[in-house]
Amino acid sequence: MSLKNKAGGGSLWINPVLDKEFRLRMRTPRSFVALLIYVMVLGLLAIGFIYVTTGLQDQQSGGRFDPSVSRVLFYVLSIAQLVLIAFMTPALTAGVISGEREKQTLNILLTTQQSSSAIVLSKLFSSLAFMVLIVLATLPVYSIVFLYGGISPSQLALVFLFYLFTMLLLGALGIMCSTIFKRTIISVIMTYGMTMFIFAATGVAYLLMLAIVQQSYYSGTVPPKYSWVGFILGLNPVGALVSIFEPGISKQAFLVNSGNLQGKAPIALWLQFLLVYSVVIVGALWVAIRRIRPVRRKRREDDFDAPNNGASAGEVAEMKPAEGMKNDK
Amino acid sequence: MIEIKDLSKRYGNFQALDGISMTIDAGTVFGFVGPNGAGKSTTMSILATLLLPDSGIAKVSGFDVTKHPKEVRRRIGYMPDFFGVYDRFKTDEYLHFYGASYGIARSEREKLIPQLLELVNLSDKKEAYVDGLSRGMKQRLCLARSLVHDPEVLILDEPASGLDPRARIEMREILKELKRMGKTIIISSHILPELAEMVDQIGVIEHGRMVAQGKVSDIQSRLRVNRVLHIRTLARQEELAAKLRDEAHVSRVLSDANGIQVHFSGQDVEQMQLLRRVLDWEYEVVSFNEAQTNLEDVFLEITKGGAAT
Ligand SMILES: Nc1ncnc2c1ncn2[C@@H]1O[C@H](COP(=O)(O)OP(=O)(O)OP(=O)(O)O)[C@@H](O)[C@H]1O
Ligand SMILES: [Mg+2]
Repeated sequence: MSLKNKAGGGSLWINPVLDKEFRLRMRTPRSFVALLIYVMVLGLLAIGFIYVTTGLQDQQSGGRFDPSVSRVLFYVLSIAQLVLIAFMTPALTAGVISGEREKQTLNILLTTQQSSSAIVLSKLFSSLAFMVLIVLATLPVYSIVFLYGGISPSQLALVFLFYLFTMLLLGALGIMCSTIFKRTIISVIMTYGMTMFIFAATGVAYLLMLAIVQQSYYSGTVPPKYSWVGFILGLNPVGALVSIFEPGISKQAFLVNSGNLQGKAPIALWLQFLLVYSVVIVGALWVAIRRIRPVRRKRREDDFDAPNNGASAGEVAEMKPAEGMKNDK
Repeated sequence: MIEIKDLSKRYGNFQALDGISMTIDAGTVFGFVGPNGAGKSTTMSILATLLLPDSGIAKVSGFDVTKHPKEVRRRIGYMPDFFGVYDRFKTDEYLHFYGASYGIARSEREKLIPQLLELVNLSDKKEAYVDGLSRGMKQRLCLARSLVHDPEVLILDEPASGLDPRARIEMREILKELKRMGKTIIISSHILPELAEMVDQIGVIEHGRMVAQGKVSDIQSRLRVNRVLHIRTLARQEELAAKLRDEAHVSRVLSDANGIQVHFSGQDVEQMQLLRRVLDWEYEVVSFNEAQTNLEDVFLEITKGGAAT
């Protein structure tokens, strides 16, 4: 769709909207304060954890901090970071369109030659770039974990990729709300609502369903290969994240008979998470791109294809000036 | 250049535009006037591709605003009635951003932007943050912004609103300059004398309908059927006023410290005869003149309860 057009054109990276977002974001002290607070929260958590565990171990092993404990620290940090991301991403993205609308700059931006997809995607990417910066700034905290061992760099890389995906998801939802709702405050509330749903509601639903299913599970004469409850946990980011460190979790989540060694989970939790929410991301971005400018109500049937065809035709004409700018830089 | 036909737009069950039509030729400066809530901004938003009409056609340079919005955007410079600026930009960065948004190469922008700042008298504010500009300067900056891509058509929604008299005059000078540059300009306002000296045509809109359209002078003369005469005498003013009330073509006579005001429906010949009669009566007339019907009167006359429809 339009998404591919833009990225394929390669003009997205030097897009003026993206350039503007980067510049203006970095001109507020707020960004640096957010970065500072974020890293401090995570750092304090790590220090607190070490303090507590070494304190507890003092009586037993004389203050040693062994790899298995550092593994636990890694899990704690990773989940804490995921929760922090869940708090930060909506705050960064839920106001990007509605904020411009409220400041009355959106109208002017919409009369320029920038396509709807360029505006939406640039705004999303600039917010995500800032989130990535924040997450990278927490890397030194993770060095504590590496100091004591127990975790491989590739695991860390996977976790960071997972964060990236989660940010993309929450960011896409935030931008969609920001386009649909006229006021930032409503958009922020709705985005946090969706985030809460993804993080908390799926977890609670899993635990509830698990209790119900477990009662009837072993009563049957022939136990089924696996239970569907696992699919609910696969919608939960924490569940999916844990399944990256501990692949065995997927099997447990689907209640695969533990006696059965050949038994496998129907799908790894993180993979299900990735697949389901990829569709959500694409859907949310599609809505945002369509709704940022007024939607034609007439000719509803061919509307489905028409705007995209129109956009790609327009894009070809636009390519020249965009290319010119690139050479220029 | 701009073609609007039977354009309608409703918000909920409020009919904001009710079948409005107008044509504006290339190079024309068109004054769009009407009371608050008449539908000026709505019409202009539709022309700027920001709003979709419910029915009717709006075309800019032959491109339909709903079918080819990209082509339309390329050709128009739009200045909304209310707008914000990115406060944390410097003035020239602000223009660079919009220039880039229209796909203008940096080297070209480097040449263009000083010229634009010159045009709107902001050259000395090049390095200033937009945040620190006064209202009038922001307004001029926004006008410069609407010119970055050298549009054929300018859609200016109350560009002088909220400006002090001096800033209004400056804005007017800039617009005259743009007119000399051959732009087609559609400009809305409810302060009519402001438009009078620079527009070629006016369209008067009320309740979403066009109530009068044409050359300023045409519309003015149409209303001259009812002229107001102003007479000042050295003495015996009340006596003269009483006598005038019985004259033909006189509909109303007011007498106060400033003299006598006569609402007169006759033409030039009758007016001359009236003057001759007053002199024959040997009143000591100091002045006898026809009050200028300005656009303000035209406006009030036309929009009087929408009777002119
Ligand atoms: N978004 C909207 N929702 C509902 N009604 C609206 C909206 N925008 C405008 N209107 C209504 O449409 C009518 C026309 O508004 P418009 O802004 O076009 O008037 P205008 O001629 O520009 O007035 P002004 O001189 O005050 O700027 C008004 O009665 C207004 O209340
Ligand atoms: Mg208005």
